[in-house]
Amino acid sequence: MTTGTADTATEARDTFPKLLAEHARADAARPAYREKIYGIWQTYDWGHVARQIGLLAAGLADLGFRRGDRLIVVGDNRPRLYWSMCAAQSLGGVPVPVYQDSVTEELAYVVEHAGARFALAENQEQVDKLLAIQKKVPSLSVIFYDDPRGMRHYDQLQSYAEVQERGAKLLATAPDMIATEVVKGRGSDDAIMLYTSGTTGRPKGALLSYDNLIWAARAGAEFDGLRAGDELLSYLPMAWVGDHIFSYAQCYAVGLVVNCPESAATVMSDLREIGPTYYFAPPRVLENLITQVAIRMEDAGFLKRRMFQYFMTLARRVGPLLLDGRPVPLVDRLLYAVGNALIYGPLKNTLGMSRVRVAYTAGEAVGPEIFNFFRALGVNMKQLYGQTEASVFLTIHPNGEVFPDTVGKPVSKVELRIADSGEVLYRSPGVFREYYKNPEATNDTKTADGWVHTGDAGYLDDRGHLRIIDRAKDVGKLKDGTLFAPKFIENKLKFYPHVNEAVAFGDGRDFVTLFVNIDMVAVGDWAERRNLSYASYQELAGRSEVYDLIQGEIEQVNRDLAADPRMAGAQIRRFLVLHKALEADDGELTRTNKVRRGFIHERYKPLVDALYGGAKSAHIKVDVTFEDGRKGTIEGDVQIRDLAPDVAGRPALKKAS
Amino acid sequence: MVGRLRSFPDVLLSVENISLSFGGVNALTDISFDIAKGEVRAIIGPNGAGKSSMLNCINGFYHPQHGAITYKGVRRDQMKPHEAAEQGIARTFQNIALFRGMSTLDNIMTGRNLRMKTGLLWQALHIGPARREEIEHRKAVERIIEFLEIQHIRKAPVGTLPYGLQKRVELGRALAAGPELLLLDEPMAGMNIEEKQDMCRFILDVNDEFGTTICLIEHDMSVVMDISDRVVVLDYGRKIGDGTPDEIKKNEAVIAAYLGVGH
Repeated sequence: MTTGTADTATEARDTFPKLLAEHARADAARPAYREKIYGIWQTYDWGHVARQIGLLAAGLADLGFRRGDRLIVVGDNRPRLYWSMCAAQSLGGVPVPVYQDSVTEELAYVVEHAGARFALAENQEQVDKLLAIQKKVPSLSVIFYDDPRGMRHYDQLQSYAEVQERGAKLLATAPDMIATEVVKGRGSDDAIMLYTSGTTGRPKGALLSYDNLIWAARAGAEFDGLRAGDELLSYLPMAWVGDHIFSYAQCYAVGLVVNCPESAATVMSDLREIGPTYYFAPPRVLENLITQVAIRMEDAGFLKRRMFQYFMTLARRVGPLLLDGRPVPLVDRLLYAVGNALIYGPLKNTLGMSRVRVAYTAGEAVGPEIFNFFRALGVNMKQLYGQTEASVFLTIHPNGEVFPDTVGKPVSKVELRIADSGEVLYRSPGVFREYYKNPEATNDTKTADGWVHTGDAGYLDDRGHLRIIDRAKDVGKLKDGTLFAPKFIENKLKFYPHVNEAVAFGDGRDFVTLFVNIDMVAVGDWAERRNLSYASYQELAGRSEVYDLIQGEIEQVNRDLAADPRMAGAQIRRFLVLHKALEADDGELTRTNKVRRGFIHERYKPLVDALYGGAKSAHIKVDVTFEDGRKGTIEGDVQIRDLAPDVAGRPALKKAS
Repeated sequence: MVGRLRSFPDVLLSVENISLSFGGVNALTDISFDIAKGEVRAIIGPNGAGKSSMLNCINGFYHPQHGAITYKGVRRDQMKPHEAAEQGIARTFQNIALFRGMSTLDNIMTGRNLRMKTGLLWQALHIGPARREEIEHRKAVERIIEFLEIQHIRKAPVGTLPYGLQKRVELGRALAAGPELLLLDEPMAGMNIEEKQDMCRFILDVNDEFGTTICLIEHDMSVVMDISDRVVVLDYGRKIGDGTPDEIKKNEAVIAAYLGVGH
């Protein structure tokens, strides 16, 4: 293909709309997006995508969308929502994807802060939120929607198709209008604004340029040899930087095929049908998968169960070595091949991972046991460490150097530095420009010479790999000076399928205490097998049998901690099982499901006080927000249990798996 | 918000002086009311008031000893269930009546059975017109699956599904017949708050999107008052109230029946 000199060729590919034009020219018939409509996968090629985006861009222009305008995009991962981002960018605008489960106030903050005049809602649910916001934020002038269901009575609004019809009329009179706008774009322009959920305070709108994103997309692809035609299932929120890089930037810059699941509930079967070659899952999803596998194996017959146990033990020993290309005795190789035919292959097929070449997990530290489970099966699971402010990529595990306790080596052109405080700093071509309308936060995060604070404490080990210990501000000390890294402790416990979430306390205290959130599915199933009755989450969480179960698991964690001299003093001495699940709607988790430690400490202060006060139980009453936005309260008595510390020196027992 | 202020000029179905007895037990005594085209009509009443018997009369499962039912302008003393189905009346049951071993998809597909024209042999061979017809019906079923947001259980045997979802599948099967009048017998019984809210939304959406007239029996008062246009109240087989939710709330006889006074 000839597109002039090398200079003009790069020049022509510095924004996503320009990349789109290139795709439409060079590979119009190659698949770009897929979605399932009425049970059948529909494929959209680049030619179709370019036409759709052109029509929408023209429609937006007709509605008065100008250079620099923001387009709020809120909804599930749908091809048309992705296309709207490129349509806005074609006109020099900046799309602002928002978490689809945001409650109205959260969404309102973003709409107002971004100064958006335009918004695209996936469906009636999102339209209702936006209409409520419009009353308070009148600058939001145009709301249009994708899914017409339930929208018959919303006469004042336009549908996606109607906006495109406007575009078609405009294009009939001025066919080159979009192309002339696209040419004006520069790589240094703002491409996207992503609000970081943040474990503290208001979200901040990080502005990333085309240069940032296109560099990141290519650097990531280069690191792991991704190429055009690699398949990806886009099921993580569009507002999250990871999805933006994988499902948008890499789609345009590398040519990944983006598959949109039918609904959030069908992700598992969609995975299986698509068989992606490139897979991403946050640790929470991986934990859930393992929990499901564990539950289903308990249901299986004796023979299958024994077979599963035998071959999984083998796989944990041999699988990771095989993946890394290390020497493995012939007998083990043969047994692994048998296991592959009987267990690993069918299991990978069920999980939709048969064709996966590269799989990443990131977002939170992941337990080595979880990580190794997938590597044992032969799935090339790696850790990735990144941030919104870095356009994702900072470090990745290189092939053959996958260590569960590190997050890998820096991607090319990423420089890392460890501050005296232990905090990790970085510099890269992906570094964001600024937080929108928040120079203070920008200056706090980014130094004058371009180094960015990650907020994570970590160090580079002698293999050149980065190890993250915890959030820098969370790492503390017990009164006696013992190092207290809460996430380190919590993650150990979260490996158990019965534990959904754990929150450890201890900074400045005499000893470590813990809140546990049980996993309703796993514990419910466990209880059913033992004929333990329960009517609600609260009742199940309060049963003494459940306490016994959790206590056994905590004791195991204590044993592990005791084996590490640095951590032996930070064993869990008292714990309780929370009577309600921690929820993002109640502000207890961020939208990306990270624990908001400070907030939980405040909210459950009576429980924390009781943990350190010696009481055997405590009363708690908290406000909750239901899914439809109504408020209520949940109250009850929560038992507290004491644990004897494990004496160091006793051989640490490993959990049989 | 209580009730929905809408007006419905056309009567779709009217019940006149219906009486039904089983041996010496009078299940229904001299009941008259009508269902207007496009409305959501609720039948409420304490246990044993005759609500399900009333629905069974409407779709021809029971034959009342006295009275007549006029549906779409045709007056008849009794109707057979299959005639009712052919005439565009579909229903769900208080106790779920699905094929437990069959998938969601197949269960809903059975709801299209009435509309299939090709014969058994053609269908078995799955060629020519039968094939085209099946594709056509499958499309309709897929629309319902999307409408009710049950894509994730499309292939799951319904016997393995939680109760709330089974209820939704049953609604799906009733919808598959493309009914004009949909009879729902306690569509929300045994559901938790969240499931009830979902079901309410689906019922209102069905009414709104397809213009289907809905007659439902329900125990949960807040649900009834929120989603119905008009309510008829039965007690011991007699009609004791009929009107908008607001009127029913103020009706002395209804209050007495529900609070257990005066008997």
